[in-house]
Amino acid sequence: MPIGSGIRAFAITEQVDETPTIRTVRLDGSMHAQPGQFVMVWVPGKDEFPMSISYPGERFGITYKVVGEGTRHLSIMKPGERIGIRGPYGKGYSIEGRNILIVAGGTGMAALAPMVEQAVASGASVDVVLGARTQSELLLRKRCERSGATLHITTDDGSDGSKGFTTDKARVLLEVGVYDMMYACGPERMIVGLLQLSRTTGVPMQASLERYMKCGIGICDSCAIDGKHVCVDGPVFSHEVLSKLSELGRTRMSPSGGRIPID
Amino acid sequence: MTGLEVDIAGIRMRNPTMLASGILNETGRSMVDVAKAGAGAVVTKSVGLEPREGHPNPCIVELKCGLINAMGLPNPGIDAYLEEVAFAQNGGVPVIGSVFGGSEEEIAEVAKRMASAGVAAVELNLSCPHAEGLGAEIGSTPDRVKRICGAVKASVEVPVFAKLTPNTSSIVSLASAAEEGGADGVVAINTLRAMAICPELGRPILSNRFGGLSGEAVRAVGVRCVYEIFDTVTVPIIGVGGVTTSKDALEYIMAGATAVQMGTAVWSDGPGVFSDVCDGIGKFMNANGYESVEEMKGIAHR
Repeated sequence: MPIGSGIRAFAITEQVDETPTIRTVRLDGSMHAQPGQFVMVWVPGKDEFPMSISYPGERFGITYKVVGEGTRHLSIMKPGERIGIRGPYGKGYSIEGRNILIVAGGTGMAALAPMVEQAVASGASVDVVLGARTQSELLLRKRCERSGATLHITTDDGSDGSKGFTTDKARVLLEVGVYDMMYACGPERMIVGLLQLSRTTGVPMQASLERYMKCGIGICDSCAIDGKHVCVDGPVFSHEVLSKLSELGRTRMSPSGGRIPID
Repeated sequence: MTGLEVDIAGIRMRNPTMLASGILNETGRSMVDVAKAGAGAVVTKSVGLEPREGHPNPCIVELKCGLINAMGLPNPGIDAYLEEVAFAQNGGVPVIGSVFGGSEEEIAEVAKRMASAGVAAVELNLSCPHAEGLGAEIGSTPDRVKRICGAVKASVEVPVFAKLTPNTSSIVSLASAAEEGGADGVVAINTLRAMAICPELGRPILSNRFGGLSGEAVRAVGVRCVYEIFDTVTVPIIGVGGVTTSKDALEYIMAGATAVQMGTAVWSDGPGVFSDVCDGIGKFMNANGYESVEEMKGIAHR
């Protein structure tokens, strides 16, 4: 976007339940973005927050979990109602290599689904590890299946696929397979686990981080992690950068700027 | 002082550029990075006695000519912030601690604790235009500005700079009051009170409705303010508002500023803007026969 483009209004065209706790909202306009880039979503009168773009292009969309007042209000908005969007912002994933491993935990597939589709379209062989707490929370599973990628399911409770975490499945795949690049998005402890696997196997990695944001444009310092800014330097970082982040998996900044531990 | 070096109230800076408060200064690490990118000094985020979350989002509006922000003075409280200030000292340039508060006593107390972290000076935020009972709401009358400066001077040993609001009929009277109160320098200007409305949604964009305008749009106002203040006060002036290029910085210097601060330019041009501006000032001095920044200070008053 040219500098100073500011907020644009978009009407909601539909809201789709993806899981019992996660919804997708589609909007009446286009948003061309790299996989992994994000927009700031303004729910008028409530809040503005960063969300990765799960459906880029025409009738673009975001896929969100209700976690606060802003997303709760968004979830009850009807087609025709309008929200404000600015962006796209940040640095997304870059598709590299012929053999690709994609690991998505929790809501992580929202950012990674466009990546899965583009990687398959590029002719790469794509393995996807999709993990969730339980079967009903597996996000965008059908979309991944349709893409032509090979899907590996994990659930914490064993209700579908392998019982255990995405990192357990990723470890097995990395031991037997040959990969040029690993892509990840999910809980930070998962990123930390995958970074360890990247180090031991030598498979490079790109992972998306999440931090509280105010400005989204690289000036307020709210999303700082060891001097890097998730909004402009990320949200996607390479394993080289991730390895140097002492705060990764340990602390994040609160809205007031204090450091708080990551659960 | 030769070349780009300047001295402001006894603080020696390798060049006349400073990071403005509110930009990349919530963490010590970011301030160090800005110092490494070329800033001659860094000003911290404005901090108060207690933690504050600031205003809910949206708190920023991007315009072609600058930004409107209504962050609302978010900060972790002075005691928690001191570790960031301590880390910022690793940047190797003077660190100026920005403080705010709701009363003379409170500001003096925060300044005292800030000074304990070894800052080169404290900057008093008497000018934030979007926080109730703070900033410009207590910094808009000369009498109050004088009393606040006096209270802080009595509580700290380091130089005290008063950052003033342009949202007043006479910023000159505020500058004079700061000087009378004992301030060692004045900083002009803070943001101009502003608003943006989203027509499709029919409402103001900022959650606080009003915010402060910065960047290109306010530079001509800032230069005028510095020019007027220079005619009246004898303490050094730090110019701020819309500096993005060396030409912009030179306007402020020739209006009477000893140094300039930059904030919004970090958004449009990145932290490399500090060294770009300094390189440009150096080239201008060579081309025009100036040997020091001091020599150019206030020369437009003729």
